[in-house]
Amino acid sequence: METRATRIGLRIATVLVIAFLWIPLLIIMLYAFNSSSIQSWPISSYTFHWFRDAWHDGDVRSALWLSARVGLLATGIALVLGSAAAFAIHRFRFFGRESVSFLLLLPLALPGIITGMALNSAYVFAGVSFSIWTIVTGHATFCVVVVYNNVLARLRRTSPSLIEASMDLGADGWQTFRFVVWPVLSTALIAGGLLAFALSFDEVIVTTFTAGAQTTLPIFILDKIQRGQQLPIVNAVVFVVILATVVPVIISQRLTHESGLLRRR
Amino acid sequence: MAVESRAETERQHPVSPVAADVRLDRVTKNFDDVTAVDDVSLEIERGSFFALLGPSGCGKTTTLRMIGGFEEPNAGTIYLGEEPVTGKPPYKRDVNTVFQSYALFPHLSIFENVGFGLRRRGVRGADVRGRVTEILRLVGLSGMEKRKPRQLSGGQQQRVALARALVNRPRVLLLDEPLGALDLKLRKQMQLEMKAIQHDIGITFVHVTHDQEEAMTMADRIAIMNGGRIEQLGTPGELYEHPQTAFVAGFLGISNLLPGTVSAMDAVRLDDGTTVKVPQEALRGRSGRVAVGVRPEKIRLGHGEENRLSGHLLETAYVGVATQYVLDTRAGNISVYVQNSEPGAQQAVTGEISWSPDSTFVVDSMEGAEAE
Ligand SMILES: Nc1ncnc2c1ncn2[C@@H]1O[C@H](COP(=O)(O)OP(=O)(O)O)[C@@H](O)[C@H]1O
Ligand SMILES: [Mg+2]
Repeated sequence: METRATRIGLRIATVLVIAFLWIPLLIIMLYAFNSSSIQSWPISSYTFHWFRDAWHDGDVRSALWLSARVGLLATGIALVLGSAAAFAIHRFRFFGRESVSFLLLLPLALPGIITGMALNSAYVFAGVSFSIWTIVTGHATFCVVVVYNNVLARLRRTSPSLIEASMDLGADGWQTFRFVVWPVLSTALIAGGLLAFALSFDEVIVTTFTAGAQTTLPIFILDKIQRGQQLPIVNAVVFVVILATVVPVIISQRLTHESGLLRRR
Repeated sequence: MAVESRAETERQHPVSPVAADVRLDRVTKNFDDVTAVDDVSLEIERGSFFALLGPSGCGKTTTLRMIGGFEEPNAGTIYLGEEPVTGKPPYKRDVNTVFQSYALFPHLSIFENVGFGLRRRGVRGADVRGRVTEILRLVGLSGMEKRKPRQLSGGQQQRVALARALVNRPRVLLLDEPLGALDLKLRKQMQLEMKAIQHDIGITFVHVTHDQEEAMTMADRIAIMNGGRIEQLGTPGELYEHPQTAFVAGFLGISNLLPGTVSAMDAVRLDDGTTVKVPQEALRGRSGRVAVGVRPEKIRLGHGEENRLSGHLLETAYVGVATQYVLDTRAGNISVYVQNSEPGAQQAVTGEISWSPDSTFVVDSMEGAEAE
């Protein structure tokens, strides 16, 4: 009896939490199609008008372009450094291995405001002027961690004998990489990269400290909302940002769960 | 230099009538300060089922990995057939391995897993299909070609690993505890199946295991390893009937070991004064303190045989086909197995036992070994 009550209670709680998380998102996304420029409920008629306006808006375009470039660059750096670090930690036992692992994970645990302030004062101290690279560096701090975690988890779940089995069956080093190592790791790299991009694309806090006068898409949104300007266009932009972050996260979830690793069932 | 001159002598006088498929010549492997394999020499006959048997950590896997090319010896030479292969990478050696963890490629279908080695060697299209289909039929996995490894049971994965190695028709197949992850019933079944497969295809199998029953069931010849060295090498029968060391006697089933002193060309005087007759060849090269051994099932109740002892019954245990008696004699405790089908087996024991000199073996005294 009690278990049944608990089960029903848990279900209700789950539904409520999901509703709490998703209903505001859905409402905002609906507003993007509201033909009236005043946000009022219920929405009387729908239009694609604001998307067209946003697309032709110069500020929106340059913000979108900057965000996309930052996201791609930070993801690229994260893929190289994150997987290199994961390989090193996985393959070799060296002095200070645990500390290196800890230092890599720290940026994810540290509040963005601390990372941002620290980077900001470092740039000022070193006399570096703000550019796309200052933002990319800031984003890379947490993007590297995401790729590192994904690749390391995959390496740990992969049988170390796979490479030996491949060589045993006549594959040389390059063939082993191409036919075994890459296929086994690629989904983890892609998943990590997509997550890193999603994190970078909607990042605000670190960006405010590292962007100087540059405007990324999230900064643009924040700015317009604070001033109460161009709200219908902002809704359309928000719609795009939600898609650009939710979709990669969903794909990356699927990749890490469907990847064909040997799991004992 | 020593190796060279030895190879030369052998070219002039072939040693064994049957060619060796694998030969280890004074091979040693150290890891930091651990000597995993210590000056091991052995020959594995072509087409035989050879087992490396020993307790965990005795160097079996390391020996196998050196043959496969995954470890290089610090000293000594490994030959595959006539050819020294030391220093060659695994993909240039004509051997294949069945890994303990199977190491199936998770992203490839069963068909592609089994065809992997063929494709690397340039076999194409219909040839690959023909050979993969044939080997999958041999291991009883027809129709599974399209599945992924994770969709198979443990026993089926084990068969895929076997097929993936065998399809390449290597000179030698290496197996590292291939049945270790299976449950007892499946393990027994696979032991017989693998033995049959090896018999059918005639490839040399080198099988690593710590399970003495498994080695005895499957292998033609067994090398018993202990502490990085080979204690004894022979057929299962030889090892069981004539163990040369206390370790081998104890590792292969139960044995009674009684301390004594060599008293004649064919006799040992036990510490209680009883003289035990032993085969002359069992004593060869030994004098002074030794231990005399006899298997529990070779001992008869009553004084019908030549070697005799008396004592009183300590314990009786019914173990299915046999009954085990433990007797306390002045030479030490002795276990006796009596088949339950034998007349009078269930009767109370008078305390008199005997056994034939032919069933007696001699090993080095255990006193030194215990002191070590
Ligand atoms: N890569 C290695 N590094 C250090 N020590 C090792 C390594 N491989 C094996 N050893 C050591 O060598 C000894 C023999 O190991 P192994 O050949 O795996 O034994 P077995 O297979 O008989 O259990 C053990 O003491 C083991 O700890
Ligand atoms: Mg082992």
